[in-house]
Amino acid sequence: MIHKDAQLQENALLLEKLERAATRDGFGKGVVEAAKSNERVVLLCADLAESTRSHWFKEAFPERYIEIGVAEQNLATVASGLAQYGKIPFITSYAAFSPGRNNEQIRTTVSLSNLPVKICGMHAGVSVGPDGATHQQLEDIALMRVQPNMTVIYPADVEEARKATVAAAGYEHPVYLRFARSNTPKFTTVNTPFEIGKSYELWRSEKPEVALIASGPLAHKALLAAQALSGSINTVVLNMHTIKPLDERAVLSLAKECTAVVTVEEHQIAGGVGSAVAEFLVQNYPVPMEFVGMHDAFGQSGEPEELVEHYGMGVSGIVEAVERAHERAH
Amino acid sequence: MALTDEQLQQLQCTATDIRRSIIEMLIEARSGHTAGPLGMADIFTAFYFHILNHKPEEPEWEERDRLILSNGHIVPVRYAAMAHAGYFPKEELLTLRKFGARLQGHPEREKLPGVETTSGPLGSGLSEAAGIAYGARMDKKTFRTYCVMSDAEHQAGNLWEGALFAGANRLSNLTGIVDRNNIQINGMTESVMPLEPLREKYEAFSWHVIEVDGHNISAFIDAVNEAKAIYEKPTLIIAHTIPGKGIGEIEFDFTWHGKPPKPEEGERFLKELRTLCGEIECCDQE
Repeated sequence: MIHKDAQLQENALLLEKLERAATRDGFGKGVVEAAKSNERVVLLCADLAESTRSHWFKEAFPERYIEIGVAEQNLATVASGLAQYGKIPFITSYAAFSPGRNNEQIRTTVSLSNLPVKICGMHAGVSVGPDGATHQQLEDIALMRVQPNMTVIYPADVEEARKATVAAAGYEHPVYLRFARSNTPKFTTVNTPFEIGKSYELWRSEKPEVALIASGPLAHKALLAAQALSGSINTVVLNMHTIKPLDERAVLSLAKECTAVVTVEEHQIAGGVGSAVAEFLVQNYPVPMEFVGMHDAFGQSGEPEELVEHYGMGVSGIVEAVERAHERAH
Repeated sequence: MALTDEQLQQLQCTATDIRRSIIEMLIEARSGHTAGPLGMADIFTAFYFHILNHKPEEPEWEERDRLILSNGHIVPVRYAAMAHAGYFPKEELLTLRKFGARLQGHPEREKLPGVETTSGPLGSGLSEAAGIAYGARMDKKTFRTYCVMSDAEHQAGNLWEGALFAGANRLSNLTGIVDRNNIQINGMTESVMPLEPLREKYEAFSWHVIEVDGHNISAFIDAVNEAKAIYEKPTLIIAHTIPGKGIGEIEFDFTWHGKPPKPEEGERFLKELRTLCGEIECCDQE
């Protein structure tokens, strides 16, 4: 059942009753909120004001909004300069371009320089939809989590995205924030806990046999999968909103308790959340693992839900992965 | 304010001292770049001993002028100038590129206070400098931001993105300096990937452009002062320099871009530098 400490929406399991919004909307609200309380916050935009929701910031703080144009390498390096001067720059683009195109600039002038630039990658995952593979960033978690000094956050819904953005502004180090384009269920509330680096349980059955570790909006699908499985396989669903630093204590404790782990993410299975969990467990407490994500493939045009289903990341795909993990472990 | 003859002579002697330190550092390091640092010794001397408003004993002083080194591989000249200006003891120069040293092969801002930025990968420094200048202008700060670049890094797209941004935003508190020495690793810039017409390119990006002899310290200081008087645009100073300036065997030879002198060569070069003051004065009067 839903973990009460998560303080989710009352109807968190009833899709038709849940409000839907995109995590990018949460970013747009969060960055305005952060700027109200901290005058060092500035926002840099690479010709995508509306679709990154940066236009809300532009309306609220025109003097702190900096237009860069279609130049993502400049986006990162100008932000590095602003941060060196003393600002807290949020840089916004599609994740395919930032950190997709400007990876070295981020590595040298943000991560190695250890500056509080907040890289906000929108339109992550296949759920971008009709734009197709060029715009469906599936490798960004891998790119960002291998850089020392970088924190990587992937919020599960619009409310968590708002909280993550506000939290990132108050953190004096580089942060990568991953957001999605499509409207997904708003299932957390203002009261749901959020702390960078601290995961929390969304669902817990008695005597759980498989731990689902999910990041991003697919966490809600993991929740629905847990419900679908209740009665046959008992599970725990952990919302791993911070991928780096990984909440190792929670992962270890669940691996010991459940003896099987399934990770869920809208990203390549190479280098993503599953890899982060596997790297940790294989050194500390190896258990059978299954990975829900993109298996070494690019996406394609289509509707968001259709694509998520097609690539095995829908509720049925998660259920099957849990069944496989259960069979291997028990 | 024009330099007095005495001031100029003093700066020229300091530049020679910095060149000697560069050779000593590179002999000890057994790797690193020789031609670029020697070629920029006069300009770094002008910066650290005349132009910059700075406090060597307080490298993070908020109101300091910012000197950004985009082409991080010539950092030996910066380290030498900083040590001679009092940022850290001159003995530390011999730790260049050694394990545990603050003087990394390419500069890192978190390792050594005063280097401002972490650089090495080319083409990013102008954008960082533009970000600093933009932030300073937002807060009505009056310090100036300078960015030293190589010529060949103008083959990188990031640099032109930065040039476009600085021009569009009329960042008149930003001055770029190009070390126009015409060499890069694979040969002469104009044969590897031509950069000319460089002046016209910058002018087309809404910059004010000045060209000077990069070994004429007085002329360089005049150019920096002219830039301060340009309120409408950022200014670029194209400094024509001789790679390896000061050591006959190295001057104009692109093969000295990325190698250090061997100890026996180094001794010869140091001897040459010890007797060089006259040559530099001669060049300065050109």
